[in-house]
Amino acid sequence: MEDNVIKVTIIDREGEAHVIEAPTDMNFNMMEIAKAEDLPVEGTCGGMALCASCHCYVESDHELNPPSDDEEDMLDQAFFVEDNSRLSCQLRLNNDMDGLVVKLAPVS
Amino acid sequence: MHKTDIIIVGAGPCGLFTVFEAGLLKLKCHLVDALPQPGGQLTEIYPKKPIYDIPGFPSILAGDLVTNLMEQIAPFKPEFTLGERAETIEKIDDKMYQLTTNRGTIIQAPVIAIAGGLGCFEPRKPPIEGLDKFEDHGVEYMVKDPEQFRDKDLLIAGGGDSALDWTIELSNIAKSITLVHRRTSFRGALDSVEKVMDLHKAGKIELLTEAQAVDVKGGDHLEEVIVKKDGGLHSRKVDYFIPLFGLSPKLGPIADWGLNINRSAIEVDTLDYSTNVPGIYAIGDVNTYEGKLKLILCGFHEGTLMVQSAFKYIYPDQKLSFKYTTVTGIAGIEN
Repeated sequence: MEDNVIKVTIIDREGEAHVIEAPTDMNFNMMEIAKAEDLPVEGTCGGMALCASCHCYVESDHELNPPSDDEEDMLDQAFFVEDNSRLSCQLRLNNDMDGLVVKLAPVS
Repeated sequence: MHKTDIIIVGAGPCGLFTVFEAGLLKLKCHLVDALPQPGGQLTEIYPKKPIYDIPGFPSILAGDLVTNLMEQIAPFKPEFTLGERAETIEKIDDKMYQLTTNRGTIIQAPVIAIAGGLGCFEPRKPPIEGLDKFEDHGVEYMVKDPEQFRDKDLLIAGGGDSALDWTIELSNIAKSITLVHRRTSFRGALDSVEKVMDLHKAGKIELLTEAQAVDVKGGDHLEEVIVKKDGGLHSRKVDYFIPLFGLSPKLGPIADWGLNINRSAIEVDTLDYSTNVPGIYAIGDVNTYEGKLKLILCGFHEGTLMVQSAFKYIYPDQKLSFKYTTVTGIAGIEN
């Protein structure tokens, strides 16, 4: 692994895996990474955990920061929510997330 | 019927500030918004969040920015049609459009400025097959008239304030209420959570947590909702199913107005933010062009240039001389 660059995988809604190299020292979150890759993630609220349009499933077994109350509240308004559901905008990239795999949740 | 110079579709920050810039050119504006109050996303999604990139305000709460904008445009006496969605537009004459809302309000103007942001806020609908079949026949996404539910059996789904508040309110009116929520804990005001728990303990409502509605059944009218809980399916015979999962924006009818749309945004010419249809402009988050940034700041700029072009479109023979507000003030400009 290069300094402060990790590889993450985003599986789109058609099941295709996109492996992306992403910097960890630029304060990016997974929603922004997905959008930068032109994947169909709305990110309506811009990353404030206020819209649930970047809902994803964490498919790898990384230990991530637990969801905040705000994030849980928004997941209450989302559909197709599973135990591994997260808002990708709340997954801020760090070096421990190398190899992370997330899958985009369906849009309703 | 209303007549104005510019119909602004969307009363968010960009639409509101455009009233000011239009007012400086003595153009009158009429704003239409599906939400019942002005401010758009700022009021609906994040009124208490600070914004840091409004020039001259190191930090301002989104709700305060809307209050300030309303004060700033008040001298120009904009008209508002709120709580109604701009539904159709038709060209009734050379340089005259007629816009009709979903409630039948009619507004005529030579220019339409679409400042629709992300679109209209609509209730989030759970992805249950066949749910749309029962809309207005037992499925309601909002409570308009509580009396509609008197002595009826209801199933309410959701875990936020509106689900809690309506459960409390309707518990005195309905025959029975089942509240279904994905988790064991509820967000929303502590007071409301306690009240719902008390109602549950007193046997006045049924509470199904870690559960979700997955199917709806009935004939012409809804008769039954199937709830998944603990891996099993449970049936509840109800007259009404009320899913309360908040609002999310959809572009809506604007998509059918014959404008060039690219990924849910309207393509514009950056010269004046005009669309492919003469007399129709698009400003703010709803438009797209190379290098587009969805910032309030940019929306203000777009609205400012747009009204200059709108003036020339409406009055092609009049000369427009640009004046600074520092020179002329704004009071003197008022009609």
